[in-house]
Amino acid sequence: MAQKTIAGVNLEVTDEGFLVDSSQWTEEIAKELAKEEGIELTDKHFAVLNFIRENADAGLTIRKVGKSGIVDIKGFYELFPGGPLKLSSKIAGIAKPTSCV
Amino acid sequence: MKKILILGAGTGGTIMANKLRKALDREEWDITIVDKHKTHYYQPGFLFIPFGIYNKQDVIKPKANFIPSGVNMIYSDIDKIIHEENKVLLEGGKVLNYDFLIVATGTRIDPEETPGLKGELWRKEIFDFYTVEGAVALQEFFETWQGGRLVMNIAELPFKCPVAPLEFVFLADEYFTKVGIRDKVDITYVTPLPGAFTKPIATKMLGELLKEKNIKVIPEFYLESVDNKEKKIKSYDGQEIPFDVLTIVPVNKGDDMVERSGMGDDLNFIPTDKYTLKSEKYENIFVLGDASNIPTSKAGSVVHFAAEVLFDNLLCAIKGRELRATFDGHANCYIETGFGKGSLIDFNYETEPLPGTYPLPGVGPFGLLQNTKMNHYGKVIFRWIYWHMLLKGKELPIENHMSMAGKKKS
Ligand SMILES: Cc1cc2nc3c(=O)[nH]c(=O)nc-3n(C[C@H](O)[C@H](O)[C@H](O)COP(=O)(O)OP(=O)(O)OC[C@H]3O[C@@H](n4cnc5c(N)ncnc54)[C@H](O)[C@@H]3O)c2cc1C
Repeated sequence: MAQKTIAGVNLEVTDEGFLVDSSQWTEEIAKELAKEEGIELTDKHFAVLNFIRENADAGLTIRKVGKSGIVDIKGFYELFPGGPLKLSSKIAGIAKPTSCV
Repeated sequence: MKKILILGAGTGGTIMANKLRKALDREEWDITIVDKHKTHYYQPGFLFIPFGIYNKQDVIKPKANFIPSGVNMIYSDIDKIIHEENKVLLEGGKVLNYDFLIVATGTRIDPEETPGLKGELWRKEIFDFYTVEGAVALQEFFETWQGGRLVMNIAELPFKCPVAPLEFVFLADEYFTKVGIRDKVDITYVTPLPGAFTKPIATKMLGELLKEKNIKVIPEFYLESVDNKEKKIKSYDGQEIPFDVLTIVPVNKGDDMVERSGMGDDLNFIPTDKYTLKSEKYENIFVLGDASNIPTSKAGSVVHFAAEVLFDNLLCAIKGRELRATFDGHANCYIETGFGKGSLIDFNYETEPLPGTYPLPGVGPFGLLQNTKMNHYGKVIFRWIYWHMLLKGKELPIENHMSMAGKKKS
């Protein structure tokens, strides 16, 4: 665990930079976090981030985001290149997704 | 007469039929079990078929051998569950009523989910070993193969028996070494996971073993499509991996019956309370094994441990009492590592696989996260235990809940 100031707010983050308390999340924080990953957030990004926040408890998969009606899987990769689920979870301020065994 | 209905006579359904028939009064409780197949497949045996270690005959027996007298066995395709009316429709329109329902319809592979997978190379140069047909076709292919690029890919998470593809590449390394062409076979393990396995300590141990055996790992590869012309697999983020033979774990889904019943998630797995094993939505429906969405391995050992909990809770439910037993997600998987050795992992919802000994602290005889001959015998003996004890719901000499005894926390 570590302390970090993002968008002027003092936040607790995990070693990998995920917010510990997802209720502290704001759009400003998201923008800062995205910048660190080299991503400029658009409305489309925010639509995905909101979907991710709403479905965080039910368990997320790339497939599920691809069926959200907001983006398809390819589009999801284009918005968050590399590891879309991990990156978008981080920027959405939710816990790191655990892959089921 | 009150009715318990079990859907699916695979590992879980068969165990429950045996346990319940012994426990419940025959005058009071009618028990019925439905499955579309007359043959029981020992699925863990599929892994050995491609390498000629087992043949088809070694992994099949009639289902009827394992269903106790006093249980009605119906062979039919299940159309759907109508939960509002406590009814199940079978293909052809037959209706079964129930007071309590146990869904144990498992998971199956669905190659249609990936564009190009079921193309012209399917079962010619692209194989699965999660079905008996796929495993047998691969055996025939390997018998005369001259070598080249062997790619093992996992299409989607979750999939049943998460160690099976690892075991497959370990056994392939041994097999091609023994037939003398290992230097001509390039083995690559391509996975959507960040490493060889899901949990850190096991990933490290298994990752090192893969390296030792000269098996390449390509992590975080999420399969989009298969190109039959160029013989390549392609990921959503534009990676391409060429193959001469592709062995694959296609997308795993719950049965379509679950979808027709409107009871599943996006992969047809049924939302289930991970502690009580009762359906999240319906009071009188329990879900056992691979058909559920509980966050642990989809494996026979899990089904066996979960069956104990489900049994206790069903007895509570029948009496109108609160559900008393809780499942801890216990999984116990032998991992074949080739050349007569094996490893073993034992874990649950909270505790990742740790090194140590099992089941007796300091004694074993099995070594957790160790590569030993004894662990290999554990796997070999498992087939006997499966047919003769596990399916019949007999007590095994191991703890139902995971135990920390014998495990080392680094
Ligand atoms: C290659 C491979 C290796 C494995 N190795 C191991 C191992 O080493 N250790 C281990 O513990 N586990 C292993 N497993 C996993 C294990 O076999 C399964 O997890 C276990 O059998 C699941 O039991 P189940 O009762 O949930 O489902 P299943 O045993 O698959 O049974 C489901 C049943 O439901 C029936 N059914 C489904 N839908 C319908 C329908 N609509 N109408 C009628 N009938 C239907 C099916 O015909 C089937 O008989 C392995 C699996 C594979 C494929």
